Amino acid sequence: MAILVKIPAQLRAVTDGEGEIEVEGTTVGEALDAVFDEHDDLRERITEDGGLRRFVNVYVSGEDIRFRDGLETELSDGDEVTILPAVAGG
Amino acid sequence: MAPEALVCKECDSSYPLDARYVCERCFGPLEVAYDFGDLDPAEARRKIQAGSRGIWRYADFLPFHERPRDPLEPGLTPLIRAGRLADALGLREVSVKNDAANPTHSFKDRVVAVGLAKARELGFETVACASTGNLANAVAAHAAASGVDSYVFVPADLEEQKLLATGVYGTKLVGVKGTYDDVNRLCTQLCETRPWAFVNVNLRPYYSQGSKTLAFETVEQLGWSLPGRIVGPIASGSLFTKLGRGFREWIDLGMVEGRLPTFNGAQPEGCSPVATAFAEGRDFCNPQRPDTIAKSLAIGDPADGPYALDLARETGGAIDAVTDEEIRDGIRLLAETTGIFTETAGGVTIAVLAKLARRGDIDPSERVVCYITGEGLKTLDATRDGFHMYEIEPTLEGFEAELEPVASAS
Repeated sequence: MAILVKIPAQLRAVTDGEGEIEVEGTTVGEALDAVFDEHDDLRERITEDGGLRRFVNVYVSGEDIRFRDGLETELSDGDEVTILPAVAGG
Repeated sequence: MAPEALVCKECDSSYPLDARYVCERCFGPLEVAYDFGDLDPAEARRKIQAGSRGIWRYADFLPFHERPRDPLEPGLTPLIRAGRLADALGLREVSVKNDAANPTHSFKDRVVAVGLAKARELGFETVACASTGNLANAVAAHAAASGVDSYVFVPADLEEQKLLATGVYGTKLVGVKGTYDDVNRLCTQLCETRPWAFVNVNLRPYYSQGSKTLAFETVEQLGWSLPGRIVGPIASGSLFTKLGRGFREWIDLGMVEGRLPTFNGAQPEGCSPVATAFAEGRDFCNPQRPDTIAKSLAIGDPADGPYALDLARETGGAIDAVTDEEIRDGIRLLAETTGIFTETAGGVTIAVLAKLARRGDIDPSERVVCYITGEGLKTLDATRDGFHMYEIEPTLEGFEAELEPVASAS
């Protein structure tokens, strides 16, 4: 399943400047793992003990994955997974 | 005395003082770090007292090398001893910091004054924000006063008063069909591609410093002493945690003696991710979909939630939630005992104060300060049907027919 993962500006130093990465995956976790396989430094920046760090938000088609099944959230072909900082607003 | 760097709150990585808000190493939030050198507290207090009648009297504790020009200086709002409110709740000393007495009638003028000054210093020509309403009013007004372009993003279903009090300033007002958290996500994305200063996104480390001035004023207005307990609202948790930072900074610098007050946070039940995490003993917040009359507190994914939890726990405080009905009662109680008409967020704060008093959490001898962050005229719907208006013919008979029975019965 082709998934587009969007990388925020703050992390592009470890993706060789790439802002969008196309990967295969049936869940958010799988899609992110596929991105980490390509850019290993990204893993430690946004994950901790196998989960996402607490200031990292991930959205599937605009919806926070914590409202769905977190990293287990299932994806459909063509879905966009967006990683964003959680430290804005208020 | 000067701001030194932006430092990550999670991993201590250091960055230059430019427009950024996220640690590239661990994604944690950045904060301004200062070098206060060998500050002489007595001299600093004298300088403050001889300073301007607003937040810039504390310029030495804000993230600037020189005091910025600010045509709409907020701050130095009244701290009122609320004896009748205290009596009603069986407490001895309660004061109300009425931050509705700012240029656009909320505490947001403080943070926007700081954020906008930083935006200009960094050379931005356009400012923007993601807002639940009060921030929208403040950004639009301060941008207008400074002659800077502005974009204001809000949930489209905001209270009409807050939309009107934004649009009037000639800003580009954008109503987003979604929740505040949707607005916030959109602005985080826009921030990557637009050359704008989003005061609460890429300038958030500076902007949030403005909230420290509420703590500084409290200390100064209490005769250079500390309250024993504070009660304040929590939306993102930024105000709450920066109140803590302000008190702590002045305690550490010897500006005031004593210990950090007990911190009580207030949330509406219909959007209470931080109160829920507190009750469940968690150090992180699960996001919620807001459904509350307290729209200015309707942030389901609070950026500073974890730090608000830390602060409440570390000071022996708590974070409580109250129902819409309790919020309306809180607005009325404050109005009837102090003459201050607050918006729903203030109703939340007063309702939590009442709850703490009922629960016996507050020692009657404690000195309590409540933060009223916004104006009742902005959330008029919350007070509808809360009272009765006598409607009479313009004659003595008309008056007596309607009012006399009431008068004689009482």
